[in-house]
Amino acid sequence: MTTETKDDYILQLENISKYFGTVISLQDVTLRLRRGEVHCLLGDNGAGKSTLIKTLAGVHKPNKGRYLVEGEEVNFTSPREALDKGIATVYQDLALVPLMSVARNFFAGREPMKKLFGVIPVMDINHAASVAEEKLGEMGIHVRSPHQPVGTMSGGERQCLAIARAIHFGAKVLILDEPTAALGVKQSCNVLKLIHKARERGISVIFITHNVHHAYPIGDSFTLLNRGQSMGTFAKESISKEEVLDMMAGGTEIQSLFNELEGRAAA
Amino acid sequence: MSAITPSMTQSIGKNPAAKADERIRRISPWRALLNRPEFGSIAGTVLIFILFGVFAGDSGMFNLDGVMNWSTVAAYLGIIAVGACVLMIAGEFDLSIGSMIGFAGMMMAVPSMFLGWPMWASMLFAFAGCMALGWLNGYLVVRTKLPSFIVTLAFMFILRGLTLVLSTHFSNSTIVSGVGDKLSADPVVHTLFQGTTLHGLFGWLGNIGLIEKLPNGEPVVGGLPKVLLWWLGVAVVAGFILSRTRFGNWIFMVGGDSNAAQNVGVPVRRVKISLFVFTAFCACLFGVLQVADVGSAAADRGLQKEFEAIIAAVIGGALLTGGYGSVLGACFGALIFGVVQIGISYTNFDSDWYRVFLGGMLLLAVLFNHYIRSRATTGK
Repeated sequence: MTTETKDDYILQLENISKYFGTVISLQDVTLRLRRGEVHCLLGDNGAGKSTLIKTLAGVHKPNKGRYLVEGEEVNFTSPREALDKGIATVYQDLALVPLMSVARNFFAGREPMKKLFGVIPVMDINHAASVAEEKLGEMGIHVRSPHQPVGTMSGGERQCLAIARAIHFGAKVLILDEPTAALGVKQSCNVLKLIHKARERGISVIFITHNVHHAYPIGDSFTLLNRGQSMGTFAKESISKEEVLDMMAGGTEIQSLFNELEGRAAA
Repeated sequence: MSAITPSMTQSIGKNPAAKADERIRRISPWRALLNRPEFGSIAGTVLIFILFGVFAGDSGMFNLDGVMNWSTVAAYLGIIAVGACVLMIAGEFDLSIGSMIGFAGMMMAVPSMFLGWPMWASMLFAFAGCMALGWLNGYLVVRTKLPSFIVTLAFMFILRGLTLVLSTHFSNSTIVSGVGDKLSADPVVHTLFQGTTLHGLFGWLGNIGLIEKLPNGEPVVGGLPKVLLWWLGVAVVAGFILSRTRFGNWIFMVGGDSNAAQNVGVPVRRVKISLFVFTAFCACLFGVLQVADVGSAAADRGLQKEFEAIIAAVIGGALLTGGYGSVLGACFGALIFGVVQIGISYTNFDSDWYRVFLGGMLLLAVLFNHYIRSRATTGK
């Protein structure tokens, strides 16, 4: 792994450690994101996934290790700086306001402007609505109307809206924090489709999840975290879904549970 | 679960935009109207007009002087209701509005009557002072992250107390009188705040017989009270900013979810503080107009106005938790107030029933708005 040239990677964390007081949240974690790949970050609760993405997003500063973007070392002091480099993070709360319309949410904080009577700067609502509808349509999401409140959309549609928004505003790297966690089967499927579309557009994706069934079909490579340490990165060809699941759950324990359950079903 | 893979690869190839979503349902214009935040207050206004039309239709309430009567009351309240409304949409309260009205009047009256300031200077001083206090309110709220309810409750008492202290210190009484005469002599303040305007138009309307004339040939109503124009101005500006500008979008975001707003780069603190300043400006405008109209400043001016402003905003569809509401709605809420407060004396009802009626109205409005909004946001 170390013999590869660093230029292949759009984003690199090299031997990152992060401590919170006496708690070691991350220890010597290395994560390398290839350009245009979907990289799944897998780990159970408490594995350090959240700390890792917050480090990537510029929320946390690592105590040790190096963070490189396109081969250059960076020291983000705020999430804004990461965003300026094209690293967009879609958190679980999605940063959407339910009572506001789809169009207003899509352009929240980056409102398109026009001049009324040539002087008064106002929001160009029609432009916002048509762009939002078009961009969502490109992603395969159809809304009743761009003026409907986001509160009327399903969880999956909201997730897709947040992702589509990040892509529209020029994300090169998309960090998705458990985008399928609260979704049903069909909605998860829609989100996975969207991740695939993002990859087709050349966007690199870090997909955080603890659901191997969602991660395995879409992922190109997998990094497993366990109790703050990386268990390594594996290309899809080199590892099976069962092996991933095994490593995540600590192997034998879950296997014996499966055996027991299968035994019951057979009996 | 593994069924995801085949179904995914199947549909990715298709062009999804080509297919219309079968779940898109047409919404009738009636439903679209129901979903507007101001619908409740407009419906309420219609109801109130029908009610008073039945009980007081022939009493003179709807004559021009009657109309001026209740619309002036509505205009005063409307000014602060607009301020309270936009602040509420941003998710905050200001309970110091009422005390600010009294304090603004005192800040205008004391320097001009006892310190020898020209009227225009003390008027500017009142506005500057109130807006600085509004800034302080806002700063304390965003800085301490305490509920604005408690911070502004403190200022409600502090300002009411200060108003009394100032008044008794300078005039040995709870009222500073004689401001009116000095105010009429100041061309700037007089033109901006005192009395009525558009006299020519009203005279002309009288001449062509649209307005009844007094025995001396003057029309019954000589002009439009300036407070109505101020109300209109404040409402139009605030309504425009809220619905059309970037700042308006930020107000809705901050009130809807301040964390989300922060994450997309909205300057949450600046938005909130500037709205506290705007609310204080509205309260000061109320106070100054009232001093100009009554001719004195008194320590009990604006008592409980903060509640009336908030009630008007709520009747107008503003959500107590923020993120939803409309300036137009707040204006109709204020109109309902004016009509009821003045109109009740035109009917055979005892005017003691005024508050009972308003309380009932508030309850009805909240229940109605809650029902409409839950339908709107769940898309039923």
